[in-house]
Amino acid sequence: MLHIKPILVALKRHKAGTILIAMQIALTLAIVCNALFIIDQRLDRIARPTGLDESNLVIIRNRWVGVTDEATGPLIHGDVQALRQLPGVQDAISINSYPLAGGGWSTGVRVNVDDKKSKAHTTLYFSDEHMLPTMGARLIAGRNFTPDEVTDAKANAVDTPAVIIITKALAHDLFPDGSALGKSVYVSDTKKPSTIVGIVERMQVPWNSSWADAWAENAVFQPYVLMYSGNVLLIRTKPGQQDAVMKSAPEMLFKLNRMRVFPKENGVRTFANQRESIYKRDRGMAILMGVVCLVLLGITAAGIVGLTSFWVGQRRKQIGVRRALGATKRDILSYFLTENLLIGTVGVLIGALMAIGMNLWLVTQFEMARLSLAYVAIGVVALLLLGQGAVLAPAMRASRVQPVEATRSV
Amino acid sequence: MFAYYLQLGLRSLRKNPLLTVLMVMAIGCGVAASMTTYSVFRATSNNPIPNKSSQLYVPQIDNWGPEEAAENKGEPPSSLSYTDAINLMRDKRAKRQTALYPVALSIVPDDMNMLPFRENSYAVYADAFPMFDVPFLFGGGWTASEDNAHAAVAVIGRELNDKLFHGANSVGREINLNGRTYRITGVMDTWNPEPMFYDPVNTNAFADPTEVFIPYTRAIELEMPTFGNNNCNKDPGNGWDSWVHSECVWTGFWVELPTKADADAYRRYLDGYVAEQQRSGRFKWPKNNRLRNVTEWLDFQKVVPQEAKVSLLVSMGFLLICLVNTVGLLLAKFMRRAPEIGVRRALGASRKEIYTQFLIEAGAVGLAGGVVGLLLTGVGVIGVSLVFDPQIARLAELDTSLVALTLLVAVLATVLAAFYPTWRAAQVQPAWQLKSN
Repeated sequence: MLHIKPILVALKRHKAGTILIAMQIALTLAIVCNALFIIDQRLDRIARPTGLDESNLVIIRNRWVGVTDEATGPLIHGDVQALRQLPGVQDAISINSYPLAGGGWSTGVRVNVDDKKSKAHTTLYFSDEHMLPTMGARLIAGRNFTPDEVTDAKANAVDTPAVIIITKALAHDLFPDGSALGKSVYVSDTKKPSTIVGIVERMQVPWNSSWADAWAENAVFQPYVLMYSGNVLLIRTKPGQQDAVMKSAPEMLFKLNRMRVFPKENGVRTFANQRESIYKRDRGMAILMGVVCLVLLGITAAGIVGLTSFWVGQRRKQIGVRRALGATKRDILSYFLTENLLIGTVGVLIGALMAIGMNLWLVTQFEMARLSLAYVAIGVVALLLLGQGAVLAPAMRASRVQPVEATRSV
Repeated sequence: MFAYYLQLGLRSLRKNPLLTVLMVMAIGCGVAASMTTYSVFRATSNNPIPNKSSQLYVPQIDNWGPEEAAENKGEPPSSLSYTDAINLMRDKRAKRQTALYPVALSIVPDDMNMLPFRENSYAVYADAFPMFDVPFLFGGGWTASEDNAHAAVAVIGRELNDKLFHGANSVGREINLNGRTYRITGVMDTWNPEPMFYDPVNTNAFADPTEVFIPYTRAIELEMPTFGNNNCNKDPGNGWDSWVHSECVWTGFWVELPTKADADAYRRYLDGYVAEQQRSGRFKWPKNNRLRNVTEWLDFQKVVPQEAKVSLLVSMGFLLICLVNTVGLLLAKFMRRAPEIGVRRALGASRKEIYTQFLIEAGAVGLAGGVVGLLLTGVGVIGVSLVFDPQIARLAELDTSLVALTLLVAVLATVLAAFYPTWRAAQVQPAWQLKSN
């Protein structure tokens, strides 16, 4: 049973302390809710699947030196042939980009030749019939490219292919009724149709930034080997051979032709490395917010312990009187717990409003989503529990005050 | 009296070590979080060229029309088309001007044992060097006539010069870029403006220094595509010529306009230029130009990472909570000493002296918090690399000004937090305290 009235009367005499604790709880709730929300958003982003089979995948960013784009064709074919024969390599391709690469091609796709506006936005991946197996993409309908469909194309003069493969997400955007397979679409500004011959379960775009979020899994695969002085060699190694290939592939490529450059820092890396570096900011931000939350909760708890201890010390005599008049230890304990619950409730109510207000402001300032109320609810429960936990030790001490203290003068 | 009060304060702090440690840690954590995130914010919002930031401008011209602009909050594209860049260069209405774009250049060393390597490279006009205050170790930029002649000349960075020529004066010597020979006209001294104001569009504004500059006209003649972003609103068609003459936007542009009058005149010129394009039928929409100076440009390009702003905000909130916490703890601490205050007041101490005594005590707590905060800031600055890219993380440093700021914020904040508890302490009635004892 709660004795709320005497508690309220007592709190009136400790206005400053009461307000301080309530304020601290409110501010902590506001910040913890938003921090938790940021953590969750970042973790969600990191958890997005790429559609690649990410293990045993090696990426080499190749740049030819002193070769015109047209002249790169035979060199690129030479590289790819040699890589496919390298021990430890299961398959290899030359491609323009890949998921999480950071840069790539994007364009619109139209359903009818006369459409003014494109129906969906997409990225483009160019390579030969080894593209899907090397990437580890799962074909869910239709077929892969055949070798005779693949041609070379100059990077600044890419034509419209007769056949394309698209992702399930793009198929859904273009033909929501699920009838994409076998249909013709118009990629970019072309008048020539491309027939969809295959649908892949999933392949992410090269970008991780928010501008591509709306079409993060829209991709068109085109059967072109781009003749371009800056290409990417994607290598699927046999299981356990990744490290060996990381060493042997660049050596072999330089032996084949030394007029090329792999960037110093990230020229040759595994897909796992690439994923880690791309999501570094997101992961770091989640860790930072997590640390802030923990320290903040710790400090708030410590503050409650400190102030309540002070109150207990101040009221030893009154506690003694109550005990002498028949209050049990439980009564004293529940008095302090209830007092904290009252202050905490006021704090979390104000804090919940502040959390929502702070989020609304963050939404206007930064590209952030609306706070889901579940976070506020979690925060409210967490802070009330924290308050009760923090007040427990001083309250126990209070309950151990002997009735005899009522008779002492100090 | 100061020394005496300090001594009293320290003695009182020693009396409840737990409470003291709690306060010191709270202040230390709050200050450290704020200072660490501030160090990143300060580095990323730095003015990279303070003497000229209000004289260098980026013109933007809407060559795509309102439909495309609407998708970008009504803003024209961030880069120019080659057509517009060349027209602005030809008209030469600013004191100095340069078009620029990143090119993929690899250096082929004469030494056959060394493999070719890539360095960040830009194609610019001769004006770029005096415009951007580029410091030179040897020689200088090339001349306008070399721009006109599409000359095979280059300016290289100090680091590259050290690597290729072991730091010797290499002016007049040759360098092989992408298999072609260029004559070096100058070697830059270390030059790495951060943020890299001249091209935030194609970088995240925090990149490794640019080590090679070649003439824009030469790069175009050799049909070097941009190494940065190329954005087209429609298919440019096949081949180099159709791309260069398309409405694709990919080239940067800077003008130097020393006075406000010059900037206004240039704005009028841009309006006139757009009107001319409208008359010729190229732009079928109302003018939508911008002319932004360095600061406005960096702001518009959102060079300060969102993470830097959010984490600064969160840590300021964190500091605020730590201070509220400190107010509470100081209140508890001071009020516990009400009897002592009563005795002092009864013996003749004035309210002012009580104020002084307790504020000094709070200052001592603040200073201790500052020292803890300083240590934690040191740890935090190292930890910055967890959240930010290495190029940004290395800019966050614990320099003397940050050390001073950390201590100052800690002491000021704590003394500020102590005002209310001190006021309460000074209100203690001596008679009441003495009676109840």
